[in-house]
Amino acid sequence: MSEIFSPAFVPSAKPAPVASEGAGTRAVLIGIAVTFLALFLVLPLIAVFTQAFSKGIAAFLDAFREPDAWSAIRLTLTVAAIAVPFNVVFGLAASWAIAKFEFPGKSLLITLIDLPFSVSPVVSGMIYVLLFGSQGLFGSWLIDHGVQILFALPGIVLATVFVTFPFVARELIPLMQEQGTAEEEAALTLGASGLHAFRTVTLPNIRWGLLYSVLLCNARAMGEFGAVSVVSGHIRGLTNTIPLHVEILYNEYNFVAAFAVASLLAALALITLVLKSVLEWRFAGELAGGRAH
Amino acid sequence: MDRPSTAIRIEAVSKTFDTAAVLHDLSLDVRAGELIGLLGPSGSGKTTLLRIIAGLDAPDRGRILFGGDDATGLPVQERAVGFVFQHYALFKHMSVADNIAYGLNARRRADRPAKAEVKRRVGDLLDLIRLSGFGDRYPSQLSGGQRQRVALARALAVEPRVLLLDEPFGALDAQVRKDLRRWLREIHDRTGQTTIFVTHDQDEALELSDRVAVLDRGRLEQVGTPDEVQENPASATVMKFLGDSVEVEAIAEGGRVRVRGRETPVAAPPGVIGPVKLYVRPWQLQLAEPDAAHLSGTVRSSYRTQGRQRIEVVDAEGRGLAVEDFDGVRYAAGHPVGLRINGGHVFG
Amino acid sequence: MVETPRPRRTFRRPSVIPGFGISFGYTLTCLGLIVLLPLAGLVVKASGLGLSGIWEVATDPRVASALRISFGVSAVAALVASVFGFLVAWVLTRYRFPGRKLVDAAVDLPFALPTAVAGIALASLYAPDGLLGAPLARLGIQAAYTPVGIFIAMVFIGLPFAVRTVQPLIAEIDREIEEASATLGATRRVTLTRVVLPPLIPAVLTGFALAFARGVGEYGSIIFIAGNLPYVSEIAPLLIVIKLSEFDYGGAAAIATIMLGISFLTLLAINLIQAWSRRRFGYV
Repeated sequence: MSEIFSPAFVPSAKPAPVASEGAGTRAVLIGIAVTFLALFLVLPLIAVFTQAFSKGIAAFLDAFREPDAWSAIRLTLTVAAIAVPFNVVFGLAASWAIAKFEFPGKSLLITLIDLPFSVSPVVSGMIYVLLFGSQGLFGSWLIDHGVQILFALPGIVLATVFVTFPFVARELIPLMQEQGTAEEEAALTLGASGLHAFRTVTLPNIRWGLLYSVLLCNARAMGEFGAVSVVSGHIRGLTNTIPLHVEILYNEYNFVAAFAVASLLAALALITLVLKSVLEWRFAGELAGGRAH
Repeated sequence: MDRPSTAIRIEAVSKTFDTAAVLHDLSLDVRAGELIGLLGPSGSGKTTLLRIIAGLDAPDRGRILFGGDDATGLPVQERAVGFVFQHYALFKHMSVADNIAYGLNARRRADRPAKAEVKRRVGDLLDLIRLSGFGDRYPSQLSGGQRQRVALARALAVEPRVLLLDEPFGALDAQVRKDLRRWLREIHDRTGQTTIFVTHDQDEALELSDRVAVLDRGRLEQVGTPDEVQENPASATVMKFLGDSVEVEAIAEGGRVRVRGRETPVAAPPGVIGPVKLYVRPWQLQLAEPDAAHLSGTVRSSYRTQGRQRIEVVDAEGRGLAVEDFDGVRYAAGHPVGLRINGGHVFG
Repeated sequence: MVETPRPRRTFRRPSVIPGFGISFGYTLTCLGLIVLLPLAGLVVKASGLGLSGIWEVATDPRVASALRISFGVSAVAALVASVFGFLVAWVLTRYRFPGRKLVDAAVDLPFALPTAVAGIALASLYAPDGLLGAPLARLGIQAAYTPVGIFIAMVFIGLPFAVRTVQPLIAEIDREIEEASATLGATRRVTLTRVVLPPLIPAVLTGFALAFARGVGEYGSIIFIAGNLPYVSEIAPLLIVIKLSEFDYGGAAAIATIMLGISFLTLLAINLIQAWSRRRFGYV
C-alpha cells in the first residue's frame, strides 16, 4: 500500500465510505492527535537544540572544549563498542538455538531473556551493586584482590550489557523462526558445513533484522542513564558517560553546555529513528513480523 | 417475515471507480418476491451493483427505487436491507444470539422492541436456521457453514425489504455449498422475500434462481429464467459464460447457416446474410463420416465421464474442440474424425 | 530373538543442523551470569530481610510516600497515555493526511531519545520560566518540581506503548463489520461503540499495563523535572539510589523487590488478558 502526501491539507482524498467518520470529525481528531504529539513528544526534542544554541554557536562549541566532555564521549563509545557486539553474539547464539531446534522450555527461555526489559534501569544497576559493592556479596573478595568493578569501566559495561541484553535476541528470534530451517537444511544436503551454512545462508537472510536491532541496541547503550548512574560513581573525567556528564552540567546550572552535549545524543536519536523508519518501510518483509506500519 | 415483499428497480445506474467504469447505464427490474441471481465473471460489476442497491456505495448516475420510492439518496441505515457478506462479517466479540439481535437492539430506544420480544425473535430465527441452542456460542466456535447461516439470520432479524447476498457460499467447501444452496431456496420459499444474490458460479445461479441476470463488464447481457438463458442466449458472452462452446466461422445464406459449404440445421437470423459466427455446444457436435461432416480434425484424447464419452478434437488450425458423444466407441489419439453440427446459436 | 532398540529420549528433537550444543550452552551461560545471577543476588538479599523486613521498609513513611507517588502518578499517566494513544493510533491507521508517515515515526521518539536528554528537555520546557511552564504558571499550575511534572514525564514515556500495542489491531479491523452494522440500521456512533471498540479493549488494557510498568520504573526522564522533595515529589527509583549511596543495601533491595513484584503482577495481568481475549475472540 503506497501512501501519497496530498498537496493540500485534506483529511481524506477518497469519498467517505459508510465505514468512516465525517470529514469534519476526522479533521478535529487529526488535529487533536497531532497537537498532542507535538506538545508532548516533539517539543522536548526541539527544546534540546534551541537551548543548546540559545547563546550562539560559540557557546555551543565551548561545551566541547572541556576535556571532561571528551572523556565522557570516549567512555560512551568504548562501552558501546564492547556491549553491542557482545549482545550481537549473544543474540545470534540464542536465536540460532531457539529458532533452529525443538526443545522443551523454549518459551521459558525467551521469557527469561526478556527479563531485563521489565526491570527498572535503577534496579538493573542496583543488582550489580548488591554483588560487587563494598557491602555486596563479592565486595570483600574484590577489595582483597584489588579488582575494581564498580565505579570503573567493567561495572558500566556490565550494567549496559544487562540493560541492552534482549535487544538483538528479541528481534532475531521471531525473524529466524519465521524463516524456518529449510534453507539451512538444503545447504547441508549440498555439502556445506554448519558454519558455512550459517555464514552464507543464515546471515544474509537476517542482515536487515540484525542491522535494525543493532541500531536500537546501540542507541540504548549510548543513552542509558539510570543503570549506569548507579554503578558509575560519577567520577569526573573517569567514569562519566555522556548522559551522566549531561546530568552534572545541568545540576551545575551550566545549561547551555548540558544541552549542547545532550544534543549529540538527540542527534543520534534522530538518526536512529530515521534509519529505523527507512528499514521498516523498505525492508518490512525482512524484519520480524509486525514491524511494518 | 410478514412484510409484503418489495420490488426493486435499478434505473440506468453507472459507476466509475478511479478511472475504470464499473457499471454502464445498467437497468434491471427485480420483481417482488423473486429470487434473482446476478451472474458474471469477476470484474463484471455484480458486487458493485449489489452494494449500490444496499447503499454501501453510491452510483454516479441513475436511481434505485424500492417499491416505487426513490431510495438513491437514502443512507444505508434507513434502507432496511439485509446484507450477507461473503466472509460473514459476524461480530466476533458477541455471541450468536447477540449477533442476530444486533439490528433490533441498535435501534433508537423508541423503536426498539421489548427484550422479551427480541428474545422470541432470536429464538425463532435460530430455529429457522436450524441452530437452536447455539445462541450462547461465539462465532469462533462455529464452522463456516454455521457462520453463514447466522449471518443470514442476523440479516433477516430486522425484517428487511430485500435480502442481498454477496457470493454467500464462495468461502465454503463443495458439499457445504450444495447443502446451503438447497437450504437457501427453502428459506426463500418460506419467507417469500425479494432476494438478490451475486455469484460467479453458474451452476449455483441456474439451480437457485427464479431468474438469472448475466452481467459482463458492467453491462447487463441478459435476464431471464435459467432455461431461457441457456437455451436462448442473447449474446455470445452469455453463451460462452454458461457452459462450453465452440466458435465456428460460418456463412448465412438463404435463411440457413452453412459451414465449409455444407448446410447446418441452424436457421439464420432474419435478414442476416454473409459471414457470421456460429456457437456450438459440445452435445450439438456429433462424430460423422467425412462426407457428412462440417468440421474435421484429429482426436487428442477421449475419456468417459458420467455416462458420456467426451472427446477432445484438434482441428486443422490447432484449435481444441470438445465433443460429447453417446457412442460407446473409443477413439485412439491421432485418429482423424469428422464432426457434424446439429445445432447452435448465431451471433455477430 | 532380537529386540528393536527403544529410541533414546533426548532433550531436543534430533536434527541435522549442527551447533545446538555450543549455541544453547553459550546462551545459558550468558543468561545465567549476566541476568539470572545478579537477579538472584537481589532475591537472596530480599529473602534475607524476610517478608517482615520488606514490610518494615515499605511502611516507612518516606518509602511509602515514594511508592504511592510512583504508582499513583504512573497509573494516572498511563490512563491519559492510553486514551490519547488510542486516538493517535486510530488517526494514524484510519485517516490519510500529509505528513502521516512522519507523525507515525515520531511516536517512537521516547523510545529512541535517551532518558537523561528527555529529562532535561522536559525540565527546561516546564520550568516556571519555560516555554510551556510560563503559560501554565499564569493559569496557576506549577508543572516543574511537582507531581505534575512527574505526570508529564510519565505520559511522555508511556505514549509509545499505548500507541503501538493497539495500532496493529486497528489496522486489522475488517471494514465489512462496520458495513454490516450499518446495513442493520446502526448509526456511526453505535457502530463505533458496540462493534469496533469492544474487540480493541484487550489491546488498550495491555498498552495501559505496559505504560504503567514502564512509568513506575523510569528514572532519568523524571528526576530532572520532579523536584525530588521527599514526601512530595520523590519517586521510588530515586529512593533506591539514595539508599544505595547510604549503603542501606537492604532498604534499596526491599524497594526494588516491591517494584519487581508489581512489574511481575502487571506482566501476569497482561498474559491473562491476552489469554482471555484469545479464548473469547479467537485472536489476541
